[in-house]
Amino acid sequence: MSSTTTVSSNELTQRLDPIVQRYQGKKGITIPLLADIQKEYGYVAEEAVTYVSRKMDISASEMFGVATFYAMFRLQPEGKYVIRICRGTACHVQGSASVAEEVARHLGIEEGETTEDGIFTLQHVACLGCCSLAPVMMVGDNVHGLLTPPKSIEILEDYRKKG
Amino acid sequence: MSQTIVKIGMGSCGIAAGARPVEAKLRTLLEGHPEIEIRKVGCIGLCFQEPLVEVEVDGKSTMYGHVTEESVEDIVKKHVLGGNRLDQALVLDSDGSGMENPRMDKQVRIVLRNCGIIDPEKIDEYIEREGYDALKKVVSSMTSEQVYTEVLDSGLRGRGGAGFPTGLKWKFANLSKGDEKYVVCNADEGDPGAFMDRSVLEGDPHAIIEGMAICGYAIGASHGIIYCRAEYPLAIKNLNIAIEQAKERGFLGEDIMGSGFSFDLKIKEGAGAFVCGEETALIASIEGKRGMPRPRPPFPAQSGVFGKPTNINNVETYANVAWIIRNGSKEFSKYGIGKSRGTKVFALAGKIAKGGLVEVPMGMPIREVIYDIGGGIPDDKEFKAVQMGGPSGGCIPKELLDTPVDYESINATGAIMGSGGMVVMDEDTCMIDVARFFLSFVQNESCGKCPFCRIGTKRMLEILDRITKGEGKESDIDLLLELCHQIKDGSLCGLGQTAPNPVLTTIKYFKDEYMAHIVDHRCPATVCPSLIHYIIDPEKCIGCTKCAKNCPVDAISGEIKKPHVIDDSICIRCGKCKVSCPVGAISVE
Repeated sequence: MSSTTTVSSNELTQRLDPIVQRYQGKKGITIPLLADIQKEYGYVAEEAVTYVSRKMDISASEMFGVATFYAMFRLQPEGKYVIRICRGTACHVQGSASVAEEVARHLGIEEGETTEDGIFTLQHVACLGCCSLAPVMMVGDNVHGLLTPPKSIEILEDYRKKG
Repeated sequence: MSQTIVKIGMGSCGIAAGARPVEAKLRTLLEGHPEIEIRKVGCIGLCFQEPLVEVEVDGKSTMYGHVTEESVEDIVKKHVLGGNRLDQALVLDSDGSGMENPRMDKQVRIVLRNCGIIDPEKIDEYIEREGYDALKKVVSSMTSEQVYTEVLDSGLRGRGGAGFPTGLKWKFANLSKGDEKYVVCNADEGDPGAFMDRSVLEGDPHAIIEGMAICGYAIGASHGIIYCRAEYPLAIKNLNIAIEQAKERGFLGEDIMGSGFSFDLKIKEGAGAFVCGEETALIASIEGKRGMPRPRPPFPAQSGVFGKPTNINNVETYANVAWIIRNGSKEFSKYGIGKSRGTKVFALAGKIAKGGLVEVPMGMPIREVIYDIGGGIPDDKEFKAVQMGGPSGGCIPKELLDTPVDYESINATGAIMGSGGMVVMDEDTCMIDVARFFLSFVQNESCGKCPFCRIGTKRMLEILDRITKGEGKESDIDLLLELCHQIKDGSLCGLGQTAPNPVLTTIKYFKDEYMAHIVDHRCPATVCPSLIHYIIDPEKCIGCTKCAKNCPVDAISGEIKKPHVIDDSICIRCGKCKVSCPVGAISVE
């Protein structure tokens, strides 16, 4: 076995065994298990799933099946700030489509992509439940409401300045 | 000594509107006054006025709206410390003089009885308002049968939308044999445009816990699971705190209040799939699988979570239960009409002046909800439709504004009660665009199991796309209707069975708008990008160049101080030019 493999498997053991121990022997754990992998790596890393699936005796295909079914899981790392543009009904009738277009144009990325500098990831979400402030977007954990296309760009530029 | 409490609305919506800096400022200003209590409360429903700060002196309360870091200083100095009520931004006042008092007086608060009033992180505040009295009554003096009969007699029906009698559901689960049973709370509120469950979970989590424990007693279950959207982090946080506190006080856990009844409660976080609101899909998701629905029977009451008998109700349904037990089924069924008893919470959003949460007795006409409580349509615009029931629902037109809000009357329009989202649309909303919006949503969220739902909605979306681009054919309407009926008949679960509703209702009530797109290649609401053009009026244009500078694709040209023109072939219809024009020279046709 080459030394690099040993290092990386050590690393996998260190990072993932606590997670494995948390769920060993419990029922219906695939979703929280994947959520913990995502918390650890920032995304559902393929090598982590392969490692955990062996340890837990859940097939990797089942785990990926679940991971790709739910919107919460991502198979790619994401940027420092995740922009979640609400595309709920209230936001739609208040013009969130033009906000979404303007943001995509400004950042030069499509929905689901991350900017080259790794600062922003752009996502559309179904409803954030802040309908009275429509249109709404979340940047990281902060909700910004009553958006217009120019206002949304100003907000994003503030985040970019913060770095 | 007089007692002063300052409350600040810190629901997700309040925080989004800027409550956090206001709270921080409030704490700084009141640092030297330990006798004054600062209380973080949930959402009272007046979302359009947030951030909200309420000053309560010896039980007399005054609520201020649109509070900023600056204005909170005034409130503290003059009112909290000075004892003089401010007259600006007065939202509610216990003497009835606040601008929103009439709006609140029209409502009946059963589900929202504590929201915006108590601190959700403090169990004592819930107990002070008769919290856990109902659970006490149930475990000490009622049989299981008496409990579900009381709920059945109240007329309470599932508030998640389908409207099945709650007491009957409980009875079935009770009669189902099994050593282990589950009580599940469906808190996967996924309808875009609905947020009542979020507000209750955040603002009054003990009401859900108490309702679920009572259900557990009624059906003979000792395990409860709250399946909550991960998108609602504050709801999950407050629920966790509430569950811990309820355990410490002996309202959850082993041998509750010495009755021999045991009930534990856990939270399961959803992972973002709309179909998981469907009960068999939700069960699959709790079990850690993909949220795919399965055929019924067996119903969850016979075989639910891990194959055990399970009762699933929505958040709002459980929130009614303790009130019913405490006040009696008769008191509850006093409200409502026909087979729809009690109240319903609605989330008012969209083109409405006073968006937020309201709770009204069943049977109130939609017009009253939208105009008297919601304040009508802003900017002197014309009401066009109200969308009820989310992607499973439909658009109710102006002619039907006097429809009462009860299950049967709403169903008769082609919409559904659903979870209670009411998204109001005005003359600037294109109904084809709305239908397309909902279809694109269900198409994304279809689990893919049934071909009619998976492929049928995709085909419908393609047709609607064509129509909004001005490439529709007259035969498209019949084709859409045919697909609608096939998808309804050929789908296994509620998602597919109801997916065509937004299309069916828009064709039924707004056919002329479809025809305008198809025959005249015109979008009457000037929404659909392919059918509209931005034009600069050369008479009005002052040549300030603002529009040209703001155009992201350089479609506007012209010399300074001379009229500009838009090259329609380059224009992407983003509307930035229209917004930036200082003299209103740009219009849409």
